[in-house]
Amino acid sequence: MKFSKSALLGVLMLGVAMPAMAQQRTLTINSDASDPAPKAAIDALIADFEAANPDVNVVLNLFDHEGYKTAIRNFLTADSPDIANWYAGNRMAPFVNSGQFMDVSDVWAENGLNESLGSAASSMTIDGKQWGVPYTYYQWGIYYNKDVYRAAGVEVPKTWDEFVANCQQFQAAGIDCLTTGSKALWPTAGIFDYLDLRTNGYEFHQQLTSGDIPWTDDRVKAVFAEWAKVLPYTTANHAALDWQDAAALLVQGKAANYVIGNFAVATFKDGGMTDDTLGFMPFPEITPGLPRAEEAPTDTMHIPAGAKNVADAKAFLAFIASAEEQTKMNETLGQLPINKDSTVGDDPFLQAGFDLLSTADGGIAQFFDRDASPEMAKVGMEGFQEFMVKPDRVDAILERLEKTRARSAR
Amino acid sequence: MVPSTAKHTLTPRKRRSRQSLAPWLFLAPGFAMFLVYVIIPVFQSMWVSFFEWDGLSPKIWIGLGNYVELFDDEAFYTSLKNNVIWLALYMLAVPAGLMIALFLNQTVRGIRIYKSLFFFPFVISQVVVGLIFSWFYAPDFGLFYKLIEWITGSQVAILADENLVTYGIIIAGLWPQIAYCMILYLTGLNAVAPDQIEAARLDGAKGMKMLWYVVLPQLRPATFIALVVTVIGALRSFDLVSIMTSGGPYGSSRVLSYYMYEQALSEYGYRMGYGAAIAVVLFAIMMIFISGFIWKMWRDEKGAR
Repeated sequence: MKFSKSALLGVLMLGVAMPAMAQQRTLTINSDASDPAPKAAIDALIADFEAANPDVNVVLNLFDHEGYKTAIRNFLTADSPDIANWYAGNRMAPFVNSGQFMDVSDVWAENGLNESLGSAASSMTIDGKQWGVPYTYYQWGIYYNKDVYRAAGVEVPKTWDEFVANCQQFQAAGIDCLTTGSKALWPTAGIFDYLDLRTNGYEFHQQLTSGDIPWTDDRVKAVFAEWAKVLPYTTANHAALDWQDAAALLVQGKAANYVIGNFAVATFKDGGMTDDTLGFMPFPEITPGLPRAEEAPTDTMHIPAGAKNVADAKAFLAFIASAEEQTKMNETLGQLPINKDSTVGDDPFLQAGFDLLSTADGGIAQFFDRDASPEMAKVGMEGFQEFMVKPDRVDAILERLEKTRARSAR
Repeated sequence: MVPSTAKHTLTPRKRRSRQSLAPWLFLAPGFAMFLVYVIIPVFQSMWVSFFEWDGLSPKIWIGLGNYVELFDDEAFYTSLKNNVIWLALYMLAVPAGLMIALFLNQTVRGIRIYKSLFFFPFVISQVVVGLIFSWFYAPDFGLFYKLIEWITGSQVAILADENLVTYGIIIAGLWPQIAYCMILYLTGLNAVAPDQIEAARLDGAKGMKMLWYVVLPQLRPATFIALVVTVIGALRSFDLVSIMTSGGPYGSSRVLSYYMYEQALSEYGYRMGYGAAIAVVLFAIMMIFISGFIWKMWRDEKGAR
């Protein structure tokens, strides 16, 4: 009697425990998608994943975008989630090198990602292994005010020389040819990256940002010489402006061109610009015949080394790599999918970006602060800003950058 | 009532040991906090400053490497120079606070309202002060920018000019600091003995002489505290730099505390060892002033006894 009772209890417990255990496989995701569009995108993604895997319960921890950059260092070492988002390129190197991210080459191999995510494969690879899955990127380029071009009677330039020639005409009309807001430093890096990619090409740019070429090299000086040509026509107070303030100058017709990422389109349109007044062009050619490289910062998802539910985390990575999910997500984000079988929304700027990036035969750079080491990024972007204010100090600035490069290469 | 009888039977020696124990017991919580949150971290920072460490990977011992690099670092000297400017100009808060306090130390209708208006900037957060002044200086719409444009016809973006930016931030910092010194002096003025003023007046002392020989000596404790808080305020000037410029343009408004934060904890930082080395230098500078203040207080205590 007693025996059968406990046996019954055991069976009961098993019966209760089994489905509960099956249902209670949780997948924890830490993400900085706290802005409205990214949050909607990740919520939809999670809903789809849970629908496809009813036995997995996804727990999403949202962080503020800036705070996340600090928080990730704490939670990776202290209390790992199963998935964390981050950025491609050198920006993930500290976590890869210190063993905080898991090698996910098997996810790439099993799902044929080397082919479908081919355009971002190199930026996800360190030591021949892949360390995460990219899910979105966006192009950089020159956004311009079509009304200003019309009023000044200027054609959209194809080459850098034409661009510089236009600047003189804009100046005569009292308009800043090129605008930027360098208060936060990073917008300057977009200009530098493109000037270097167009002057010296992708290979050189990668070697420079990874610290293999000295900053005092003549080819680097050539980049700054090109830059100096447009400085007299660049918004004077850029060092006091945030990027949004400079966007306002373009909207108001006080500036003609702005080297910025596609995320700025929303700001331009909030300011009243439409597809009829806002134009997009690739950064013009400087050295003729160079394979065209572009700049497209990539956002990624990773499995921390301390993840508890690795099996489901890998399934999740495979899921966000799929063409359908990337199409859906990027429609909400207003950005570009990486999977080559995905489709892009009919927004003209996204279409232009998709064409631009899919035909970039030179290569795709991440962004200065993701390609270069963090230390080099900070000193470099400060140098760019100083150069934009005091172009005659170029030699001293390059010496300083070289000192930092030499030390961090040590 | 057994315990009370027991108390009465305490030997004098026991009572004395109890009396000498009591202050330490009362000090213990504060001392423990001070040890855990101040003394130990000071030595930990010194220890970390001998390593190269990104906060994640294992620490690498590099001896004095960080200090060698620091003394060859332009950004360090810029920060140091700015710290000196901060210290020098921040001192203006003491006489300015005194002047306002003297001015407000009268009994007219509604003086309390005027006092609180002058005290207002000290009550609002440094972050808000920083924002107000950034807008004040902002190109295209800032009040100060417009004013300068109207007077001189030229455009000056204070926070984007490497030569002006530090002064622009210090002025923002002086606003609440003057209010602080003013309050210290207002309280001090309450304690000025009216009979001495009366006596001095009978002797024909007036104006500056009265201030210098009669009022100021009685305000010495207030002056001392005002100096201490101003020196410390100048050396740890971090919030305003962070809010108004983030150290920019191209690092020309950095101060040591901000540079330390940038190197150790900011987005492109995580050079813990280098940040710690900067912290140690800042600590050494602060130590000069702190020892001076402690020495003075110790001397006064001894004199009072």
